[in-house]
Amino acid sequence: MGKVVVVTSGKGGVGKTTSTAALGAVLAQSGKKVVLIDFDVGLRNLDLVMGAERRVVFDLVNVTQGQAKLSQALIRDKRVESLFLLPASQTRDKDALTEEGVASVINTLREKFDYVLCDSPAGIERGAQLAMRFADEAVIVTNPEVSSVRDSDRIIGLLDSKTLKAEQGETVTKHVLVTRYDAGRAARGEMLSIADVLEILSVPLLGIIPENQGVLRASNVGSPVTLDEPTNAAARAYADAARRLQGDDVPMVTPVEKKGLLNRLLGRRVA
Amino acid sequence: MQNKSIRFRARSFVAFALVPEAPLEQWLQDLDRWIENSPGFFKGRPVVLDLNVLKPQAAEIGALVALIAERGIRTYAIEADHIDSLGNDLPPKLAGARKTMIEEEQVDAEAQAQAEQQAKAAQSPSNTLIVDQPVRSGQSIVHPHGDVIVMGSASFGSEILAGGSIHVYGTLRGRAFAGAWGDRSARIFCRRNEAELLAVDGWYRTAEDMEPSMHGKAIQVHLEDNAIQVAPLN
Repeated sequence: MGKVVVVTSGKGGVGKTTSTAALGAVLAQSGKKVVLIDFDVGLRNLDLVMGAERRVVFDLVNVTQGQAKLSQALIRDKRVESLFLLPASQTRDKDALTEEGVASVINTLREKFDYVLCDSPAGIERGAQLAMRFADEAVIVTNPEVSSVRDSDRIIGLLDSKTLKAEQGETVTKHVLVTRYDAGRAARGEMLSIADVLEILSVPLLGIIPENQGVLRASNVGSPVTLDEPTNAAARAYADAARRLQGDDVPMVTPVEKKGLLNRLLGRRVA
Repeated sequence: MQNKSIRFRARSFVAFALVPEAPLEQWLQDLDRWIENSPGFFKGRPVVLDLNVLKPQAAEIGALVALIAERGIRTYAIEADHIDSLGNDLPPKLAGARKTMIEEEQVDAEAQAQAEQQAKAAQSPSNTLIVDQPVRSGQSIVHPHGDVIVMGSASFGSEILAGGSIHVYGTLRGRAFAGAWGDRSARIFCRRNEAELLAVDGWYRTAEDMEPSMHGKAIQVHLEDNAIQVAPLN
């Protein structure tokens, strides 16, 4: 039986889709069978980040409504053999998903894959609640700023009350993934520190992804950063996070501001 | 520190909505029969006249209210979506009503989880609710009979309502209402105060009205001469 992991945040634009793609790609590279499900019906993006947008025929809504078989809708990644994508529908809205339909899709995938990664839409409404409904674990993506942390806290409350596990008296295992961490700005007090974030959320840390131009570049060329540029600092941080998700003990490194001798001589340069 | 805040409480009442239907004579006869069978039913009860079915002209409403008053029913307010405003001689217009069931309320999963927590608390003789989990944004802990003790933090956008006192052993970032069902002696204690709002028995103080020196400190809050006092612990 595979693990169902929801990647969620509450707030939009913090990096859920990017993180789903990056973590999924590393997990698959390490030999696991991984499927990524885009739950953002109506605003799908995961297919773009995975570079599969021109291969979408059937989608999650088609499958839940019985118009297509699961095997017809799954798209195999061209770079990593054990990585699959179940795209969202762009022409429908979140009401097109039913709980029974999602349950049947996830239960089937759980049997065939090691990891089922659910990319949640932003918000706390129906779409986000269905994405987390059947999760065993949750990766809560947070930027080190107050509004993002507050929304994450709200989502944690929902994970503890609205998921199937919570209703059965169990708990969803939760991990915080801090993304877009800028060491310089954190040092100057312009961002929350990692300690602040963890103190507010009181959930264990899965990883710290530094702010990095490579992430945006990778998204734009339709490739998870972990495949596009594996030596990149953000890609390495995602790889470590993926290992921790599998239960490995990987020491946590807080990114520090890199200051060259020239920068120090010239004073602070705008990055 | 002595500035007195305005006493402000939101309350909700269950009102009976009377829905007159056409033909009016028939409806009034039915009403008369009803009153005959249950005399005194409407006595002292807030009655709202729902005119969204009958849709009378604005000019006709006065006569209708008088007809109902003849039967000993006082109209507290009028619901009429098709009319913009009512004259000063008429009861005020009301909007935004929600259907309710008396005694039996519908609760969603979140509220149900809270109710279970309360049920557990009700079983213990001390009537203290101990919350071992952090209180998350958007959650509210409601405990009408007794104290609430939160072992972790209470996040921004969370609410704790207690009949008695509130203790937060982590950081209090949300809103805390102690003695919320009328207990002036209730207090709030927290290890670190970053609260959005602190209230005792309906008297409250927002973060903005608090002494900056009390921010981030261990504090206790009590009511003195109808003013919220925030004092450092020890």
